[in-house]
Amino acid sequence: MPAELPTELVVEARSLTRILPGTVPVTLVRDIDLGIGASEFVAITGPSGSGKSSLLYLLGLLDRPTEGEVLIEGQATGDLSDSDLAELRLTKLGFVFQFHFLLPEFGVLQNVMLPMRKAGGRDAREIRARAEQILIQLGLEDCLGKMTNQLSGGQRQRVAVARALANDPRIILADEPTGNLDTKNAGIVFDIFRRLVVEEGRSIVAVTHDPDLAARTDRRIHLVDGRVVAD
Amino acid sequence: MRLQLDIALAHLRMRKRQSIVSLLGVSLGVGFFIAIAAMMQGFQQYFVAKIIDVSPHIIMKDEFREPPRQAVMQTYPGGAVRLEGVKPEDEPRGIKNGKAKVAELSRLPGVKVSAVLNGQVILRYGSKDVSANLVGIDPQHERLVSRIEDDLISGQLDDLYGTANGLILGEGLAAKLGARRGDTLTALSTAGAVLKMKVVGVFNTGITTLDNIQAYALLKKAQVLQNRVNVINEIRLRLDDVSQAEPLARRIEQRFAYRTESWEESNRNVLGIFVIQNGIMYSTTGAILIVAAFGIFNIISTVVMEKTRDIAILKSLGLTHRDIEIIFLLEGLLVGVVGTLLGWLVGYGLTEVLASIRFEIEGFVRTEGFRLNYSFGNYLFAGAMAVLAAAFAAFLPARKAARLDPVDIIRGAA
Ligand SMILES: Nc1ncnc2c1ncn2[C@@H]1O[C@H](COP(=O)(O)OP(=O)(O)OP(=O)(O)O)[C@@H](O)[C@H]1O
Ligand SMILES: [Mg+2]
Repeated sequence: MPAELPTELVVEARSLTRILPGTVPVTLVRDIDLGIGASEFVAITGPSGSGKSSLLYLLGLLDRPTEGEVLIEGQATGDLSDSDLAELRLTKLGFVFQFHFLLPEFGVLQNVMLPMRKAGGRDAREIRARAEQILIQLGLEDCLGKMTNQLSGGQRQRVAVARALANDPRIILADEPTGNLDTKNAGIVFDIFRRLVVEEGRSIVAVTHDPDLAARTDRRIHLVDGRVVAD
Repeated sequence: MRLQLDIALAHLRMRKRQSIVSLLGVSLGVGFFIAIAAMMQGFQQYFVAKIIDVSPHIIMKDEFREPPRQAVMQTYPGGAVRLEGVKPEDEPRGIKNGKAKVAELSRLPGVKVSAVLNGQVILRYGSKDVSANLVGIDPQHERLVSRIEDDLISGQLDDLYGTANGLILGEGLAAKLGARRGDTLTALSTAGAVLKMKVVGVFNTGITTLDNIQAYALLKKAQVLQNRVNVINEIRLRLDDVSQAEPLARRIEQRFAYRTESWEESNRNVLGIFVIQNGIMYSTTGAILIVAAFGIFNIISTVVMEKTRDIAILKSLGLTHRDIEIIFLLEGLLVGVVGTLLGWLVGYGLTEVLASIRFEIEGFVRTEGFRLNYSFGNYLFAGAMAVLAAAFAAFLPARKAARLDPVDIIRGAA
C-alpha cells in the first residue's frame, strides 16, 4: 500500500439514514452518501429543517444513524462503544456551534486547554504553550488572560474555533458558526477556516444559511428534506 | 482526574452560598456526633468501669427465680391440680450450706469469693433515724471482691477488727446522719436487736445510690444484730476476667439453684438506658446528615440543570459519560470530605469545650465534669457516614448528567 493516498476520504457517509423513533417517526436524514476529502472546505446549505444539523451530528459521531454508517479516516464507527466514539471526537474531530458554548467558569486559555488535558500525552507547560500559540494564530493575543464574558461575540467564536483545534483534528465540523455574528466577524471566521484548509490541510464542513459565505467554499452540498439534492 | 476535579470545583464555586451551607450541614453533623459520642460513651464507659470496679461481678442471693413447687405439684407434674390457701413456709432465709458453697466457689480459678449478710437496719444518731443497708463482711475476703478499701475517704478497713462494733458508712449516709468518724450511733434491726456501733470509716464509691444507703460491719456483728447467727444471704464473686461474669453466673445458678446475677444483669436497667441513649445519638446524627445530604442533592441537581449545555459541549469535545458522572460525584464527595474535615475540627473543639466545663452532679454516679471518651474511631465513623451520605446524594444527579444526550441539548439551545 502506498504511504500516502491523495484521494483519501477523511469523513465518509454510507447510505446514512436517521429516523427518530416515536408514535410518529421523524426522518431527519435519508440515504446520504458523502465523502469529504483532505483539505476540502465544504458548505452544507438548505432550507430550515432540511436536516443540516442532523447530518453534522451524525458525521461528528454525536448521534448514531438508524441505518448506514460513518467512517472517520477510513475507520468504520458503527460497532464502536460510546467511549470509543468520545475518543474519536476528542482526537480527530473539532466542533464549532452557532453558540460559542465556552465554559463560563474558565478563562479563555483554560477553555482551549481543556480538550488537550482530557487527551493527555502532553505536560501542563506544553498544553499551555500550544493553547497560547493557537489563540495567537487566530488573532486573540489580547485575550489570553481574560474570562470569556470579557470578550466580544466574534472573539468568543474564535476562541471556540481555537478550542476545536486544540487536539489538532483533521476535520472541523461547524454548525452555522457565523449565525450570531455580524458580516465582518463572519468574514474573519471564514478567513480563518480558509487558512486552516489551505495552510494546514484540514477539512472543514460548515453549515451556513449565508449564500455569500457558502460561495467562498470549495464545494456546496444542498439538502432538502433530509436528502442531498445538489453537490 | 485533575480536569474533572477542576470542573467540579468551578461548579461549586459558582454556587458558593449553597455549597457553604451544605458544607456546614455536614460539618455540624460530624462535629456534633463526635462531641456527643465522646460525652455519652465517656459517661457510659466511666459508669461501667465504676460498676465493674466497685461492685462484685457476680452476686448469689438467697432467692430463687421461681418459687419452690408444692409437693403435690411435684408428684403430679402437668396434672390438673389446684391448691388454695397454701401458707408460704416461713423458712429462715439464707443460703443453705453457705460455707461449703463458698469453699467450692473459691476453688474456681481466677475467682475471689466473699460471703456476706445483707440486711435492713435503722441507724439512729441524735434525733435522726436513717434506714440503711448493713452489709456484714469479712474484710479479709471482701477487700478482694470489692474496692471498698480504696474508696475509704477516712479510716481503715481493718479498723473493723480493732474496734468493738465498728461501722463504716457511705459518705451520703454519714451526711444524712450528720455522723463522722469516731461518733457512736445506734443500730436497730427488724429482728428487734439493738447495738451501739462506732463509726470507724467513711467511703465514697462515686455511685450515689450506694453511698447513700450502704454501711459495712463485721459479718459476726451483723449476724448478731439481725439475730441470724452463722447465716449468710449473699455470696459475692470477683473475677479476673469480667467478660466471664454472665456465663459463670448462669453456671453457678444451675449448680446451686440460688438466683445468681452477673453485674450486667444487676445493672440491666441502666445498660438498657445506654442502648436507648446510643439509639437517640445515632438517629439525631443520622437526621442531621440526611438533611445535609438533601442539601448536597439539591446543589448538584441544580448545577446539572443549569449546566446541561456545558455537559453537552463537554461530551461533544470528547469527554465520556463516565467523565461527566465523575465530575458530579466529585462535587458531592468534595462537600462530604471537606465537610468531614471541618466537622472533625468542630468535633474536636466541642469536645475540648465540654472537657473544660466543671460542675458537680449526682446522678447514677458522682462526677465533677463530663467524662469524655476520646475515640479516633468516632471520627472515622462520622467521616465515613458523611462521605457515604454525600456520595449517595450525588449519585442520582450525577447519573442523570451522564445520561444527558448532547444532541438533544445542542439542538434545543440552537
Ligand atoms: N427531537 C425531535 N423531534 C421531532 N422532530 C425533530 C427533532 N429534532 C429534529 N426534528 C426535525 O428534524 C428536522 C431536521 O432538523 P435539523 O435541525 O437537522 O434541521 P436544520 O437543517 O439544521 O434546520 P435549521 O436550519 O433550522 O438549523 C426538522 O424538521 C426538525 O423539526
Ligand atoms: Mg440546524
